[in-house]
Amino acid sequence: MRSTWFRPTHRRTTAAALVSALALTALAACGTSSSDDSKGSGGGSSDPSAPLDPKTKVTLTMDCMPPAAKAAELREWKEDVKEFNKKYPNVTIQGRSTPGQCEEPTRFTAALKGRSQPDVFYTYFTDLQQVLDNNGAEDISAYVNEKTVPALGSIDPNVTNVLKKDGKLYGLPTSNYTMGLMINRKLFKQAGLDPNQPPTTWEDVRKDAKAIAGLGKGISGYGDYSATNQGGWHFTAEMYGLGGDVVTPDGKKAAFNDAIGKKVLSNLKSMRWDDDSMGKTQLLKWGDLQKQISTDKLGMFLAAPDDLTYMVQQLGAKFEDYGMGPIPGGRATLFGGNDYMIKKGSSPDKIKAAIAWDNYKNLTPGKGQFDWARQKTDALPVGLPQPNFWTGGIKATDLQARTDSATMPVENFKPFMGNPIKGKAEPAKAQEIYKVLDNAMSGVLTNKNANVDKLLSTAEQQVNQVLANQ
Amino acid sequence: MSAPTLSTSDKPVQPPHHGPPPEARREAFVRSVRRNLSAHSFLIGAVLCFAFFSWYPMVREFLLAFQKTEGGKTTWVGLDNLDYVFHDPAFWQAWRNTLLFTALALLLGFLVPFVIAIVINEFRHAQGYLRLLVYLPVMLPPVASVLLFKYFYDPGYGLFNGVLHFLHLPEQQWLQSTSTAMLSVVIAATWMNMGGATLIYLAALQGIPGELYEAAELDGAGLLRKIWHVTIPQTRLILSLLLLMQIIATMQVFTEPFLLTNGAGPEGSTTTVVYLIYQYAFNFNNYGGAAALGLVLLVLLAGFSAAYVRLSRDSES
Repeated sequence: MRSTWFRPTHRRTTAAALVSALALTALAACGTSSSDDSKGSGGGSSDPSAPLDPKTKVTLTMDCMPPAAKAAELREWKEDVKEFNKKYPNVTIQGRSTPGQCEEPTRFTAALKGRSQPDVFYTYFTDLQQVLDNNGAEDISAYVNEKTVPALGSIDPNVTNVLKKDGKLYGLPTSNYTMGLMINRKLFKQAGLDPNQPPTTWEDVRKDAKAIAGLGKGISGYGDYSATNQGGWHFTAEMYGLGGDVVTPDGKKAAFNDAIGKKVLSNLKSMRWDDDSMGKTQLLKWGDLQKQISTDKLGMFLAAPDDLTYMVQQLGAKFEDYGMGPIPGGRATLFGGNDYMIKKGSSPDKIKAAIAWDNYKNLTPGKGQFDWARQKTDALPVGLPQPNFWTGGIKATDLQARTDSATMPVENFKPFMGNPIKGKAEPAKAQEIYKVLDNAMSGVLTNKNANVDKLLSTAEQQVNQVLANQ
Repeated sequence: MSAPTLSTSDKPVQPPHHGPPPEARREAFVRSVRRNLSAHSFLIGAVLCFAFFSWYPMVREFLLAFQKTEGGKTTWVGLDNLDYVFHDPAFWQAWRNTLLFTALALLLGFLVPFVIAIVINEFRHAQGYLRLLVYLPVMLPPVASVLLFKYFYDPGYGLFNGVLHFLHLPEQQWLQSTSTAMLSVVIAATWMNMGGATLIYLAALQGIPGELYEAAELDGAGLLRKIWHVTIPQTRLILSLLLLMQIIATMQVFTEPFLLTNGAGPEGSTTTVVYLIYQYAFNFNNYGGAAALGLVLLVLLAGFSAAYVRLSRDSES
């Protein structure tokens, strides 16, 4: 007997319902988040430079809420929302969390293209041009001032300048980094080296790497990347460290085919093949060296201080076993960082609310991310040299507070902190240049007979082609 | 004044047509739709899904190949993206690598499964067991297989170098040498994918009438002559189809080099065209370039696909 569901009288209704459901599902699947779901109500000033009216009702979707796995950070986030809501009771913060890094370039690029980034979204300093090309962020110049961000004057202008284009400000910083030399103190001691005096020249790096590799058991003295554009990124940092550059000041020609570029590659080649102090496995990418050093298989590599947070939180390393020195050469160091931008098309009230929240959470000394005492209570890492974008009095106070609440031996970073080196931004078209330079790095690290001059001149020719091809 | 009347002869002459008049056809169509309403509703779902997730992206990709997005504005740039792609230093290298991969993959990926299928076909017992053994690698997730090979190839701790060391032979750089990287990738890819091809060859071999072999044997043919005069002619069509399918698949290779050599390999020796497309889109934010390169690949593969469709039709007939 046929079910009543299939009786002819019901068939049409069922089919219509099904069609509607499918259509709705398809539409829902293809929909993107609204760029501006709340226009703001209950007050609000038309003057962009005025702070947000506390009565204004706004809902903000916000990148980078800590995931549940990071219980302490999530608790702090919720506490901060609660505190923020005491002043702005009508602002609803809807956090969005991501399990890994806040920004994964592939996902971020796709979201930007699909306009599905949150109202307040997280970017790397190097993303600005990409965001602008996709018309992704609001110009917030008129909204950011001493009233809305009281500590504005104490933020290192080098940091805020990275977030500007044609004099317009598009983001507010949350952290910054400069690169240095991460060392494994345990292996330094085992090799009879002084971990309080990490090498500061490439000659010393080579000597110490040889000593550490001499420990045997598959331990490498020094490690470097040569894949996924990170080889080129490190080559650039190493060029900066020796006072060189990868492109000419006008950004039109390659500038690395010189004595400095040759020194960088020749030194790596010697360490890899003559000294055998870099291990046999090459074509490494971000994450590989962190794993090696966390398992005591690597003595040194170029890194930013926040690599240590990743090593401790994700790979089970212990803070006390690591330290940092300045970048070898010490002439300049590559710098970068992260910031928040506000989605294009947001209403003025939404922009104001976003700035008010960002100010509370990330730009107020002693509060939010700078509440070091609270982070100590929550057993989070305190004492890393960065973020460090303050200047003047605030910088001194913040460093003192950080030292007072340190949960790790801050003296391990003394060689890095005591030798502040001028930061230098990445070149324009960085990723395309890095892709070419990956080949030079992989060339010397995988080929015993690599011809450094040829690698440099081929890379020079290709980078010139990339720069001409814009 | 009287209203004009139309005499029979004044009526416009209907053009002669075959079949029922349009109204009747419309009614028949409506009736047919009503009768199959459930089926059509399912069809609409599928069509919508294809439209949103397959056809729209394809059309969009085609348009993107001729557009550039800058400062939030999309402009029509004609052939500029193609020009950009052709002038990229990695373009020819990627094509050389892709063609090398395709050639090596065809040599190994075509020949090895065919030989294995012939060998299995010769067995009188345990054929099912052997088929299972050959097909097992296909059932492993590709990422797991690739990681397995990554371990085998590791120059420091890898299995292959361990074996060479044991045999007092010189160790190899496998994935880390420009001369062996692509071959190593192809060997891994062949191992991962040969199960499916072997089963198809086996099915084709088992469709060959036994009398042909018996006749050949009576004529004094040995194994090689039987393969040459019976097996190959009888499986010619299926061989051609698989050859084309493999060309189409191998020219789109991405997963194996991406996972085994982090995409580019030593001095870019394993950068493939699809990896370059991925880099344009997600590392350089150059969607126009990615779409243009995709278009170049599409045109080339469309030729192979047309040949495939033609061959399939021949095989059906």
